[in-house]
Amino acid sequence: MGRLQQLFRSKNNNVLNIYFTAGYPHLESTLQVMKALEENGADIIELGMPYSDPLADGPVIQESGSVALQNGMTIKVLFEQLRDMRRAASDEGSGITLPVILMGYLNPVLQYGFEKFCADASAVGIDGLILPDLPIREFETEFGPVMKKYGLDFVFLVTPETSVERIRKIDALSTGFIYAVSSSSTTGKDKNFSEVELYLQKLQHLKLNNPVLVGFGIKDKGTFISACKYANGAIIGSAYIKALTENPDVKMTTESFLKTILK
Amino acid sequence: MINRTIALARYKGTFEQPDIFGYYGTFGGAFIPEMLYPNVEELKSNYLNIIYEEGFQREFRALLKDYVGRPSPLYHAKRLSEKHGATLFLKREDLNHTGAHKINNTIGQLLLAKRLGKHRIIAETGAGQHGVATATVCALMNMKCVVYMGEKDIERQAPNVARMKMLGAEVIPATSGSKTLKDATNEAIRDWINNPVDTHYIIGSVVGPHPYPDMVARFQSIISEEMRWQLKEHTGNEMPTHVVACVGGGSNAAGAFYHYLEDFSVQLVAVEAAGCGVTSGRSAATTQLGKPGILHGSKSLVMQTADGQVVEPHSISAGLDYPGIGPLHAHLFATGRALFLSATDKEAIDAAFELTRLEGIIPALESAHAIAGLNKMKLTAKDTVIVCLSGRGDKDMAAYMAAMGNE
Ligand SMILES: Cc1ncc(COP(=O)(O)O)c(C=O)c1O
Repeated sequence: MGRLQQLFRSKNNNVLNIYFTAGYPHLESTLQVMKALEENGADIIELGMPYSDPLADGPVIQESGSVALQNGMTIKVLFEQLRDMRRAASDEGSGITLPVILMGYLNPVLQYGFEKFCADASAVGIDGLILPDLPIREFETEFGPVMKKYGLDFVFLVTPETSVERIRKIDALSTGFIYAVSSSSTTGKDKNFSEVELYLQKLQHLKLNNPVLVGFGIKDKGTFISACKYANGAIIGSAYIKALTENPDVKMTTESFLKTILK
Repeated sequence: MINRTIALARYKGTFEQPDIFGYYGTFGGAFIPEMLYPNVEELKSNYLNIIYEEGFQREFRALLKDYVGRPSPLYHAKRLSEKHGATLFLKREDLNHTGAHKINNTIGQLLLAKRLGKHRIIAETGAGQHGVATATVCALMNMKCVVYMGEKDIERQAPNVARMKMLGAEVIPATSGSKTLKDATNEAIRDWINNPVDTHYIIGSVVGPHPYPDMVARFQSIISEEMRWQLKEHTGNEMPTHVVACVGGGSNAAGAFYHYLEDFSVQLVAVEAAGCGVTSGRSAATTQLGKPGILHGSKSLVMQTADGQVVEPHSISAGLDYPGIGPLHAHLFATGRALFLSATDKEAIDAAFELTRLEGIIPALESAHAIAGLNKMKLTAKDTVIVCLSGRGDKDMAAYMAAMGNE
């Protein structure tokens, strides 16, 4: 059983997934941030691979990606950084035990070589992938089988406009969890949360096979708790990155940020 | 009324049409996040039915005739012919209302958007020609219009920014990344993600997720539809030996090639912008410098680093300053169906002056690349060549004045 499956078996409520951009605020921040997230109560780490043209992301995440790229972050560098992430701290590793998923766009992954990417990701202990611009058809015909070969879960997105039929199909193809975009919007946009509640209720009634995590627009304790009423948990991205931008002290920022969400 | 060729296209792709998933060979598709799926799916399932509906065609054709001024002339350029030792014709898209081919597409897409019940139009623009063509048609049809334009392009294409504003459009600067066309396109796509219900996104070239490349090519195909009968009027034969067009994203080229794609006796020639030179590090010659990749929702050739980050291209011409190329053109390149040449900034400027002095026609900098391409072709007296003169040079007078200052 994978780490994601184990997590959801032991905890199916209030699951907190934190997104951050690899190589931000500094190239060497990646593991520091991961350790701080693990120590301060996050349940899943979603590691963003920076891209020059991140269509599904808003300005905060794009800016962090630009900085990370300027810092020299690449997929190759990232895998080198992550090489010992699963090894115990006593053994000079980082001792990361949380599920870790990589989020990014297809183009850099294709240039790296898709199979090599999956092999290397699996070797360093990555549990799953989110590639928002990978379509269902190409997933089924070309990419899905490669992920399966290397034991990687794949997380699809659904939106309030996704039809029930399509949600069922996505549920059948997903492993790990389903990422419910809380409205049809790029990351970091505020939306009226009561509309979101109706949509999440609808998802809840579908009784999907996969756990559902709500992403986009979750920024504080209030929005986190509302999302968790109807879903297994939520994903925070832009708000955490904003906090890191305001205070680049990773330990301090992560501790106080997670406290405001979880306490 | 769906004609036979469309039915065939649904069965399998040809040069003219992609397969049902939007692929031209290995290029195309719709690599979009789920947030865009409903918008793109709505278009995909409706566009063919709508545009081949009789009422649509009647309205589209009437506007092209009475508003745009079509058919655009096919002009026998005698002095240019003399210089090249061949028979040269210019397809005068520069004489269209708003000064370029772009309006063929914006009229088509706006009529489509109205039938889909949309109230708000967004567009990206590089040189500003597509933005002006969009703002123009929005004024005509009373639609709200928002145009995204790279901050850098806003500076170098000031007259077109003023025209868009006068036409009532809101021009929003794209300040991310390289601040040019690619980034304006990102911003427009983000706008569409955030406004999925009431907004239609008018892409300005044969790029983007399926069905955009096919849809835009169909609207622009009026160019070669006219070329066939016009050339026959001139010469008694509707087949030229060559059709030459510049390629940014590739919409004027797609339109000029379209009705010749399956006529293999016709050599199709695409001219890309080499900028300061293909190997100079400051170029926009995508087929020379690009690798297969994904940009703006389709798989095509993309200029990128070894790590798959999209690079900033360079061309003196804002309309060709794009690191990708439509999937149709990537397929024409990969199969050898079209010949791809390139022209540098300087060669384009020189060609613009040459055309101006020989024929009294000041071309757009983009179109000047197509004229410059002629110098790289070995033409003979037996050749009949049509060059797509995609636009006029008014917007580029600052660059031309600078060149005169240097003379
Ligand atoms: C006059 C003119 N020609 C050509 C282009 C390039 O676009 P495409 O390659 O889609 O024809 C532009 C774009 O702005 C243009 O304004």
